[in-house]
This record gives sequence, structure tokens and C-alpha cells, in this order.
Amino acid sequence: MTALVLIEIENGKVRQASRSAIAAASRFGEVDALLLGEAGAEAASKLAGIRKVLHVPALKHALAEPAAALLAGLAGSYSHVLSAASSSGKNILPRLAGLLDAQPISDVIAIQDESTFVRPIYAGNALATVQSSDSVKIMTIRSSSFDPVAEDGGSAPVEVLDAPAEDGKSSFIRLDQSQSDRPELEVARVVISGGKGLKDASNFHTLLEPVADKLGAAIGASRAAVDSGFAPNEMQVGQTGKVVAPELYIATGLSGAIQHLAGMKDSRVIVAINIDPEAPIFKVADYGMVGDLFEILPALAKAL
Amino acid sequence: MKVLVPVKRVVDYNIKPRVAADGSGVETQGVKMSMNPFDEIALEEALRLREKGQADEVVAVSIGPQVAQDVLRTAMAMGADRAILIQTDAEIEPRVVSSLLKAVVEKEQPGLVSMGKQAIDDDMNATGQMLAARLGWPQGTFASKVEIADGKVEVAREVDGGTETVSLTLPAVITADLRLNEPRYASLPNIMKARKKPLETIEAASLGVDLTPRLKIVSVAEPPERKAGVIVETVDELVEKLKTEAKVI
Repeated sequence: MTALVLIEIENGKVRQASRSAIAAASRFGEVDALLLGEAGAEAASKLAGIRKVLHVPALKHALAEPAAALLAGLAGSYSHVLSAASSSGKNILPRLAGLLDAQPISDVIAIQDESTFVRPIYAGNALATVQSSDSVKIMTIRSSSFDPVAEDGGSAPVEVLDAPAEDGKSSFIRLDQSQSDRPELEVARVVISGGKGLKDASNFHTLLEPVADKLGAAIGASRAAVDSGFAPNEMQVGQTGKVVAPELYIATGLSGAIQHLAGMKDSRVIVAINIDPEAPIFKVADYGMVGDLFEILPALAKAL
Repeated sequence: MKVLVPVKRVVDYNIKPRVAADGSGVETQGVKMSMNPFDEIALEEALRLREKGQADEVVAVSIGPQVAQDVLRTAMAMGADRAILIQTDAEIEPRVVSSLLKAVVEKEQPGLVSMGKQAIDDDMNATGQMLAARLGWPQGTFASKVEIADGKVEVAREVDGGTETVSLTLPAVITADLRLNEPRYASLPNIMKARKKPLETIEAASLGVDLTPRLKIVSVAEPPERKAGVIVETVDELVEKLKTEAKVI
């Protein structure tokens, strides 16, 4: 059996989430990587554990319509088609499944055998074991559940493919990227996140950044903090935002709603700092501190 | 232009779901059910398009048992003009839902399908993309802004690391992200009025779609519980424990 993994490039490197998807795919047999867009062929060919790279430079923006059409043409040669459960993977793979009349399997966290998988449902409040009877199994992989393959060590051949003819119904206009010097949320070893308790956007910077700087941490936010305009939405951790599982997760000024817990409760060590001793976040925290974060966070930055 | 809005009846988002003792699924008997929150946002967007004069009719559709009528009444109380229930008692997956919705689209001929990006019960995030594929329509997923002009829809999409804007030729499928809008509440007079709006029921079996799932649920289990933690009194104690006990800093 051979699996095909749709990979993504960021800043010239293969995204960690894609490398996790390759690790998951290797459970099924040999793995080919599919790369859309001009950049990244060299980085992709160095990936550990892949047979070859299929490179489609013409699909610059990985729009779902041509990407799914391309995948539909390739899928017949594969037993499994995977991607990271990233915004791109979630956009393209279900469309592929629609073209093939298959049922995609979203956010896989464990693989039991070639057709049996575990995935969270109800915001991670339950884990469903599911069995697929589709001839080609299409799935997205939760990156925090699989250790990524190495970025280098391989030397896979690169095969350039033509893009399918576009139907002209969709076009890319622009990408507004958010700027950040901090580690990517999903791969950071330490994450410190803030909720509504931070009271405004400037406190988000003045209170969280000094601690994050000391720890080399990424900064996250609860949905309430994002909705209140304290932080941009790509910082949102939760069911409807990013799912993280760092070594250390520090939750400050957030209650720990189900929606937020779904995005961080697999972190190795959780610290909660909250003024309300009854906040649900304390039920999942390894270390809790009840008190005023406006006093605790500066003291923490100083003590580190 | 007509806008079709698929809505799903799910366990209310405020309820902590409980796994059934026999591991067959999550308890839904006697549990408060509501319209999927993302679908409310999709419906709100359709209503706003109508209010701007860019849509002339908003039709809500739900697929499920007879009781799913209640979310359709809610949709009409929010402002949908009429509703369609595709009735089935079968457990159906996005693959089947997208097939049934395709049949409704072919009958109703909307210019836009506005739906939620995912349902908060199965967390699949697939039906909109699958429907767009089946129809051969373009898709604007995870939409945070929607603008219609000259037979096209410009969609700002929430993607990893920022916002991507795409332009789609209508007809198209859009799936709503949280930040698209703030859905309105249904007022009491509108709830009363909604009782008189038309609600058509169609038997799913009459649409010629195979309802058999391809993804069988083998079992459903509680996630592993975390061990209870400790409360620390001072910042120094916290740092000390993170260094020597947890060894994470």
C-alpha cells in the first residue's frame, strides 16, 4: 500500500504539521509527498521516509478547486490520501472526498490499522473509533498526536506534474499575513495564553510578552479574548482555533471553557493562573495559582 | 437570488456531552438540542444579504428526524422565509448529507449556499466542501467576510497565519467561520410568526440517495482524564516546581 500526503511549505521549510502527517502515513506503507506551488521542492526532497515528491508548481495558491481535481486524478494509485488538519488540508481534502464519493476522516489522533482510526468528537469530550470502508481513505491528521519525520536525511526524486485545466470559477486575490517573530503556536515547546481576564489588547503585550520572551514561548488566546479584539484570530487556541500540545501550557485569565480545553488539554504540563478558584481550568491544571494576574505575571517574568 | 442555508440540530454547545454507558455514542436523550452555532452565523449572513437587497429569498433546510423541525422553526423565527426538512431517522455522515443537499440544490436552484464550517457534534468540517465538489461549484470556506458584486462573491477566509481573499463565480458554496457576524436573536413576535411560515417535509428515501455510512462508528469512549493538580501559593514555588518537579523550564 502507498499513501499520498499533501504537504505545505512555510518560509522555505516543510511545515511541522505536514511532517507529522507523513509520520502518520508511514504506518500504511510507502509515502509520496504532493507539493503545490513553486517553492519548496528541495526541502520536500530532503524529508525523511518518503519515496518521491510530486511537485505541481503551477498551483501557486493551492486553491481547493484545482487542487482537489488534481488529487482526484492521482488518488486511484493510492490506498490513503492524507494531509495535516490545517486550514489548507481541511479546505482541500473534503472536496476531494466529494469528488470521489468517499467519507473523509477529520482530525485523526491515532491509527489502529489501515482502516480503523481514532478521532475526537464533541470538542474532544469524546473519542470515536471509526472504521472506513472506502477504497481510498481520505484523512486529515492532528499534528500534535504524531511525532514529525525529520526535515532532512532523505533524497527523494522530484517529479514535476502539470496542473489540471482551471475552470475559472475561483481566483486568488490576496493573502494578508500576520506578522510574528515568535515560534509558531502549533510547534512551540511552551505556550502562554491569555483570556478575557487580561482586560485589553495592550495588557496582552505588556503582561504576556515578558514571560513569553523568557521562555521562548508562543502566545495564544481564548476565543473570548479574540472576540474582544485583544488578540488576532490566528492566536486562538481551541476547538474552532488551533489545537496545541506543548510541553508547557500557561493559561492566564481564562476560565477554561470546553471550547478552549479542546485545543490544549493534551499539553504535557498545564499551569493555570486565575483569580476565580472555581474556574474549570483548575480541573485540568497540574499547577494552579489563584490570584491577580496583574501582580502574578510581572512577578513570574522576574522570577524566570 | 435565492440563498439556501443548511442547518443542523445538535447538542447545545453549553451542555457537557456524556458518553453513553454502552460506548455506542454520546447521550442525546433528554439533552437540550439547538441549532449548530456556525449555522446560525451562516443564516445571519444570508439574512443580511437579503436585507441589503442582494438576495430575495432565504430557505433553511435540515436533514434528520421529525424533531429537527424545531431548528427550522428557529431559523424562520430569525428570518428565513421558508424551510425544508429532509426526513430520516438514519445516522447520516457528511458524504450522505452532501448528496441529499445536492438533490435539494437541484430542485431549488439557489444562487448561493451559506452553511456553517463545521458541526459541533461530529466536528467533521467537510459537508460544505463535499457539496461544492458534487455541484462543481467553487467554495469559500471559513469565511470571515462575504461581499457580492457582479455575479461574483469575494470571500475573506480565515487561514493559518492570516486571511486569504478569494473571488468565486456564483453560484457558490460558502462556509461560515465564527467571526463572520453576530447572529440575531429571534424575538417573541417573530417566533409566533414563524409558526405560520411554510415548512415542507421530504422523505430522504424519495431522493434516491444511499444512506448507508462508509464510516462505521466502532465505539465512543471518554478521553483519558488528567490527574488532579496542586495549587501553589507563590510565584517562586511555581517556578521551583516547573524546574525541579515537572522539569519543563
